[in-house]
Amino acid sequence: MTDSTFFVVVLLAGITLVAGGLGLALLISPKSLNFQKGEPYECGLPTHGTSWMQFRVGYYLYAILFLMFDVEIIFLFPWATIVRSLGMTGLASILIFIAILSLGLAYAWKKGVLEWKSEISK
Amino acid sequence: MLIYSQPLELTKLLAAIDNFLQGHLSPGWAVPVKGILVGILLLAAYAIIALALIYIERKVAAFFQARLGPNRLGKYGTIQSLADMIKILIKEVIHIRKADKLLFYAAPFFVIVASVLAFGALPFGINLHALDFNIGVFYLLAVSSLGIIGILLAGWSSNNKYSMIGAMRSGAQFISYELSAGFSLMTIVVLSGSMQFSEIIEGQRYCWNLFNGHLPAMIAFVIYLISGHAETNRGPFDLPEAESELTAGYHTEYSGLQFSFFYLSEYLNMFIVAAVAATVFLGGWMPVQIKGWEAFNQVMWYIPSWAWFFGKAGLLMFFSLWVRWSFPRLRIDLLLNLEWKYLLPINLANLLVMVVIVLSGFTLTDLFPALFGK
Repeated sequence: MTDSTFFVVVLLAGITLVAGGLGLALLISPKSLNFQKGEPYECGLPTHGTSWMQFRVGYYLYAILFLMFDVEIIFLFPWATIVRSLGMTGLASILIFIAILSLGLAYAWKKGVLEWKSEISK
Repeated sequence: MLIYSQPLELTKLLAAIDNFLQGHLSPGWAVPVKGILVGILLLAAYAIIALALIYIERKVAAFFQARLGPNRLGKYGTIQSLADMIKILIKEVIHIRKADKLLFYAAPFFVIVASVLAFGALPFGINLHALDFNIGVFYLLAVSSLGIIGILLAGWSSNNKYSMIGAMRSGAQFISYELSAGFSLMTIVVLSGSMQFSEIIEGQRYCWNLFNGHLPAMIAFVIYLISGHAETNRGPFDLPEAESELTAGYHTEYSGLQFSFFYLSEYLNMFIVAAVAATVFLGGWMPVQIKGWEAFNQVMWYIPSWAWFFGKAGLLMFFSLWVRWSFPRLRIDLLLNLEWKYLLPINLANLLVMVVIVLSGFTLTDLFPALFGK
């Protein structure tokens, strides 16, 4: 059996664990309908408004920065495996690559993306 | 080979089962049966490790706080977590009004599947792994980051403000520390020249990667442990579920078994982080070996490989518990600062230092081939 077959096996095992467990729980667990139970758990008071609202932009900026560096990780892993045979050429080319990406991080840093500004203190 | 055939090693047993299946079933049947057996064994190991970890965590936490911990069910409370599991199975699964039903039910799937997929790639011992991809480290990073989708879905779909804040915090934290984990593992990939776990372990026969790459490897090890803690929402980095602020964070609205799925995957992720650290930095299932000391090496091989693996992973797990009960929780801005302003730049520089060390032959195996060489 190849690793790909085993991958499907492991994937199915994971899905079975959740689906099977949930099915069993739905089967044997008690069901008592109560209007109050469906309320979101907040402070014991009825909740005000929806929770699907605008969220502070700081989180999204981190996500964009993450995308930049995650793509870099994808690029660098194949390079990392063969860097011994590439020698100094490999080091030089990746130095340029990392320098450009560090510039990106430095720019974001300078722009204040990495500061967690508080609305209250302003 | 003599050293592989010692009695407690499971290689022989597995080979015997494999032979039995090949001999008694037609090829069309042997593969599915083998697949089902592997799946069942994997899930059994998953459940047992999770239950054991929950018990150990509660016990160790209790001792750190000078309490006794669970001690009623079974000797020293050993079957407490089993009883908890049965209790949680017969709890009602509550449907939340106004929740996004589809996403609400899909979230545990993502979380569990991600951790099972990562769990399958761990090398527990000689030939004791479900998956051994030649891109093992990369695969592990890829699948383990699927879990955050489940956490974000859980927080979003619950229609609860605590859940939402918890999920957003968790998302920011996870993706940030994902980078550090990736880079520190990459440092070791540079050192060992392979992404396959079995090859990485084989390369550490006489010298662990932690010592082989000396300074950069040790920095990478520390950074990996920090980011591992942060990725699993543990220790001082447990803001997404800071119970004094957010009740339970992203899984506030989950009840019964659905809650336990999140709980289960959290413990398993903790184990996966410890296991990967043990495999990549501390030699995995490879027993402690000293070049030239043949008798000593033989004796070491008599301790089965899976015992070495669980011993090393267990030590790191204990360290993780220790950290958890020793440090106060960070604030979200401090947490993200730590990653983006300290760990990430250090990591990038560290990677380059490692490349220079590897290329100029300053690793221990290159410097002292007589002592540590392969």
